[in-house]
Amino acid sequence: MKIVVLIKQVPDTTDVRIDPETNTLVREGVPSIVNPFDMYAIEEGLRIRESAGEGTVTIMSMGPPQVETALREAIALGADDAVLLSDRAFAGSDTWSTSYTLAAGIRKLGVPDVILCGKQAIDGDTAQVGPGVATFLDVPQVTYVKKLEVENGTARAERMLEDGHDVLSVPLPAVFTVVKEINEPRLPSLKGKMKAKKAEITVWGEDDLEVDSAELGLDGSPTRVIKVFAPEPRASGTVFEGEVDETVDALAKELVPLLRSEA
Amino acid sequence: MSSIEVLEDRCVGCELCIKACLYDAIEMVDGIAVIKDNCTLCGACVEPCKFDAIILRKDAAAERPSTEGYRGVWIVAEQRDGEMHGVSYELLGKGRELADTLGTTLSAVLMGSNVGDLGNDLVAHGADTVYVVDNPALEHYLDEPYSNVVASLIDEHKPEIVLTGGTSVGRSLIPRVAIKVRSGLTADCTGLAIGDDGLLMQTRPAFGGNIMATIVCPNHRPQMATVRHKVMTALDPDPARKGEIVKADAPVGLLESRTEFVEFVKDLTQTVNIAEADVIVSGGRGLGAPENFNLVEDLAQVLGGAVGASRAAVDAGWIPYSHQVGQTGKTVQPKLYVACGISGAVQHLAGMQSSKCIVAVNKDPDAPIFKTATFGIVGDVFEVLPALKKRLEKELG
Repeated sequence: MKIVVLIKQVPDTTDVRIDPETNTLVREGVPSIVNPFDMYAIEEGLRIRESAGEGTVTIMSMGPPQVETALREAIALGADDAVLLSDRAFAGSDTWSTSYTLAAGIRKLGVPDVILCGKQAIDGDTAQVGPGVATFLDVPQVTYVKKLEVENGTARAERMLEDGHDVLSVPLPAVFTVVKEINEPRLPSLKGKMKAKKAEITVWGEDDLEVDSAELGLDGSPTRVIKVFAPEPRASGTVFEGEVDETVDALAKELVPLLRSEA
Repeated sequence: MSSIEVLEDRCVGCELCIKACLYDAIEMVDGIAVIKDNCTLCGACVEPCKFDAIILRKDAAAERPSTEGYRGVWIVAEQRDGEMHGVSYELLGKGRELADTLGTTLSAVLMGSNVGDLGNDLVAHGADTVYVVDNPALEHYLDEPYSNVVASLIDEHKPEIVLTGGTSVGRSLIPRVAIKVRSGLTADCTGLAIGDDGLLMQTRPAFGGNIMATIVCPNHRPQMATVRHKVMTALDPDPARKGEIVKADAPVGLLESRTEFVEFVKDLTQTVNIAEADVIVSGGRGLGAPENFNLVEDLAQVLGGAVGASRAAVDAGWIPYSHQVGQTGKTVQPKLYVACGISGAVQHLAGMQSSKCIVAVNKDPDAPIFKTATFGIVGDVFEVLPALKKRLEKELG
């Protein structure tokens, strides 16, 4: 059982915001973390390996050299090894070029049985790279997976929808993007941490992959960000304090006309 | 290969670029900005530089446009078991406006099995043309046949814009199409407009809604976007509107699916679907115990709304994950969001801060939720919620 988990290192978005007065970025240190949804993908990869009783979990990411710390974190959790796709030529990739490059990395590894990633990254929130990689590799995908069972080359997956879930049967290899409900990620063990410290991270650049340089990075990316700005600030609110009857009365007087006009 | 450069003779060391950088990729060395290795070439620093000292150079070959011959605005309609998803009408409302601005036509793609009748419904809501692909192989949504059909229709008819609902289905389907047709896709847009240069200006929240970004797709067609549900406005249906229904055949090869649909299981804990709700009443840690979600459910019922929850309440096992609102749950944008016993951690705000009106009930006057709330009550949820329910029940009948 070969498993590849795609992860992304992201700024902890809660610390990134724009000061609406100066329209500049307020960034207090911005710690980098493993994208929270990818933690569930890593855990699911480890569980599939454990229940199969054999196999390998390889972690792959694309990004600048410092992403190595995220890969080591995944090894500390129990992954076998990690590959970092890192090259100046990859910089500026949108989801099209990112999917293209990751798919090339996976092909070099040899397409595994199972490819996992989080449903989306919390910085871009696009949810496009998982399906993108599946399309480039020409394999099926299941997005928003909340339950996954792998047996005899087939997966039974539950795809979370707004009002329920689909149950799907998929032949492997396939890409699965997972939601939080799928499992509870473990904590790193001491042994895992020691292993992570010593682990050799494979780094591949453009020359290591079978890629067309015109499709990489900013050049290969169809989309451009042309403006970044602060969301419209919310008007400061009204807070009612005092006896329950009074506060409820005051709130009801505000809400009732609003609810009537919407109805 | 593209590159970014700081013109040293122009840089005055003002550090505006450092403030604009989303990735901490610029540092000052001897009073001159230096771009570090982790730069993603996003270009966010170029405009803020008042001295035009930062140049983002693109490879000339990459600039070659392939936009010739693409005309018309398309939306991909979403239906299940013959029932149209509301986002399809919203896409038509927005699509109509964009098509009229561009002086072109609006078309809809309708896929499914025995869905022919829905075509007229799409015309009534603004479509000039509806391409109907009706086939038993399309009875249930499956990624491969659906994306193959859309990609082949795009190759054949060459629309300049393609909009899809930002639903679970839409966001699974259209990324596959974007790869196949080799064009750009912007996720979960909350604003769409035609710019002076005729490009589709796609505005969306990023970084959990802390930042807004406007994105364009200058040299590839179609310009593709998923659109957040409940943000755009549908047109009132006009049964007298005239439009053309075009039956499109899909070659059998395109309809094959390796994935097999087994069944759909409805979430019975959601009487009102969070994604569809105009009103959401959410409960958090302040409710103290699972049985106290009754208070939230009762209020939601009076308001005809859905029940949401904070991560704390979900992690405690008080309510299923499908109700979680926030960074690791759902992003919602209802007209009214009532947060009960939710302190308002930034991760929760990321999922609901775009709601039109936010009401907070919390006993802690210093709870951060009050900073985001339109209206707030400082009080005990166990007293306030029943009283509020009773009062609103009386007022709203």
